[in-house]
Amino acid sequence: MTLAQLQKMANTLRQDIVAMLAEAGSGHAAGSLGMADVFTALYFRVLRHDPKNPTWSYRDRLILSAGHIVPARYAAMARTGYFPLAQLRTLRKFGSPLQGHPHPGRLKGLETASGPLGQGLSQAAGLALAARMDGARWTTYCIMGDGELNEGQIWESAMFAGKERLGNLIGIVDRNNIQIDGNTEHVMPLEPLRDKWESFGWHVLEIDGHNLEMIIDACNQAKAIYEKPTLILAHTIPGKGIGFMERDFRWHGRSPKKGNEENQALEELRSLRGTIVYD
Amino acid sequence: MHLAHHIFSSDVTKKAIKTGFGEGLVKAAQKDKRVVGLCADVTASVAMDLFAAQFPERFVECGVAEQNMAGIASGLALAGKIPFMASYAAFTPGMNWGQIRLAISHQRVNVKIIGSHAGLSAGADGATHQALEDIALTRVLPNITVVVPCDAVETEKATQMLARTKGPAYLRLMRHATPVMTTQETPFTLGKAEIFRKGNDVTLIAAGPLLYEALGAAELLAQRHAVSLRVINCHTIKPLDAATLVQAARETGALVTLEEHQIAGGLGSAVAELVSSLHPVPVLRMGVNDTFGESGKPEELLQKHGLTKEKIVQQALKALLMKRKNTHYV
Repeated sequence: MTLAQLQKMANTLRQDIVAMLAEAGSGHAAGSLGMADVFTALYFRVLRHDPKNPTWSYRDRLILSAGHIVPARYAAMARTGYFPLAQLRTLRKFGSPLQGHPHPGRLKGLETASGPLGQGLSQAAGLALAARMDGARWTTYCIMGDGELNEGQIWESAMFAGKERLGNLIGIVDRNNIQIDGNTEHVMPLEPLRDKWESFGWHVLEIDGHNLEMIIDACNQAKAIYEKPTLILAHTIPGKGIGFMERDFRWHGRSPKKGNEENQALEELRSLRGTIVYD
Repeated sequence: MHLAHHIFSSDVTKKAIKTGFGEGLVKAAQKDKRVVGLCADVTASVAMDLFAAQFPERFVECGVAEQNMAGIASGLALAGKIPFMASYAAFTPGMNWGQIRLAISHQRVNVKIIGSHAGLSAGADGATHQALEDIALTRVLPNITVVVPCDAVETEKATQMLARTKGPAYLRLMRHATPVMTTQETPFTLGKAEIFRKGNDVTLIAAGPLLYEALGAAELLAQRHAVSLRVINCHTIKPLDAATLVQAARETGALVTLEEHQIAGGLGSAVAELVSSLHPVPVLRMGVNDTFGESGKPEELLQKHGLTKEKIVQQALKALLMKRKNTHYV
């Protein structure tokens, strides 16, 4: 895929996210939309994976620690052929493999269950450690939210990965500055965030999380850093692409209502046609 | 049952259950290179030092971070390893229950959770370190096998068997040296309770080293009261051996349970839940009654909480009386 095609795909994922959340009637819109570009870059360019063979043992492992933004992952998985597009509309419904928060027992291609925050990086570090023990070449990625960095376990695992110098582990923090109760710096200040990760023994890259070229570059750079784990601090805009959601923390735990809200959101995305301007 | 000889003599062999684990883990690791060990800064205390010395490349020191340790273990298991993660039971599952629930139980990964210093065996350390809730915490989680071995020999067997049995499990260890009742010949199968003494009047169901007191109580009941006490070693609390336990309820008509755990949520609760729906009979639960421990020698603490053979005799007689009254009314 060319860069322009990837940009268009990110827009398509956003439309999928809006439609599936509206159909579900609940779910987390802002973070899912904000991370559409990162998921596009990962699934369509960065990850070594095979949608037709989701348990392929040489695949890269993508751990989604912030389980509530899984609609973005589901959309990327459907668009890469893990399951039929029509299944997206079953999100959060009884019997669906698309659980409200991810569960690998229900959908192959997911690596871990998540939702209770702060746990993904530990599991990712365990996977990376196992790969190193076995001399395996795959890379482990872990997507975290910024709000979930409030959890102490994140820093336990950050310390562990630093100690073990897990160069085959790449963390990606969705730095969108919101959590459910408000702005992250009001709820529980995280800054100076870059310094925190560096002091725990990580190499840190800071990027515009909507710039597909930068996302892909950062992942490539991270893979080249083999003596320590790398943390990609991806600055994103929550609700990206939909004017009435952007930057508003109240959209963290909400979904667009069917009807006007959904239609307006889709209209905004369609009128942009994949040319979302980078900040 | 091929129990050890002379178990009631004063020079009965004593060995710490945790040591049985340490030795079992080394054997399991020799047989299967996927076995890895994780510890949280208490390696020698939980007897993982034997493993760590022999297999340094398969030993993961997690520091004092039990929540992270559960996640690391889960990740290792997802990649095909067989992780044994150990700390004190007060800390795992005591401090990382949410991590065990999500990353181990819900995902059904092949992690063995080792909780040492359980029950009152942490002794001098006091209430904070005496886990009396760990069976309840693990038993309530789907997919987890819960094993409470009665002595060091049984623990060594249990450790090796858990390594061979796919799926999450909790293994409860004790710190202090306790009588070795079983031998290499004593049968041990996960999920299979064993009748350690035949009897027809009342059944005593125990898990852990208190089984020794139960066997002593059975002697006293036979000598002093002409009561025959069936004694069952219910080392696997989940899945419970329904056949053996319901048969005991049917044949003896009264049950007493015994454990170093809160009487809420542990073995006693599990047995009561089982028989209340399949064959209701009186069930008297012996354990720590809704309170915390304190500093002291394990035997002093057991005395205080009424976990002695004399008290077992009393409870068995009480259960017998309840059974007879009930029969009278029917």
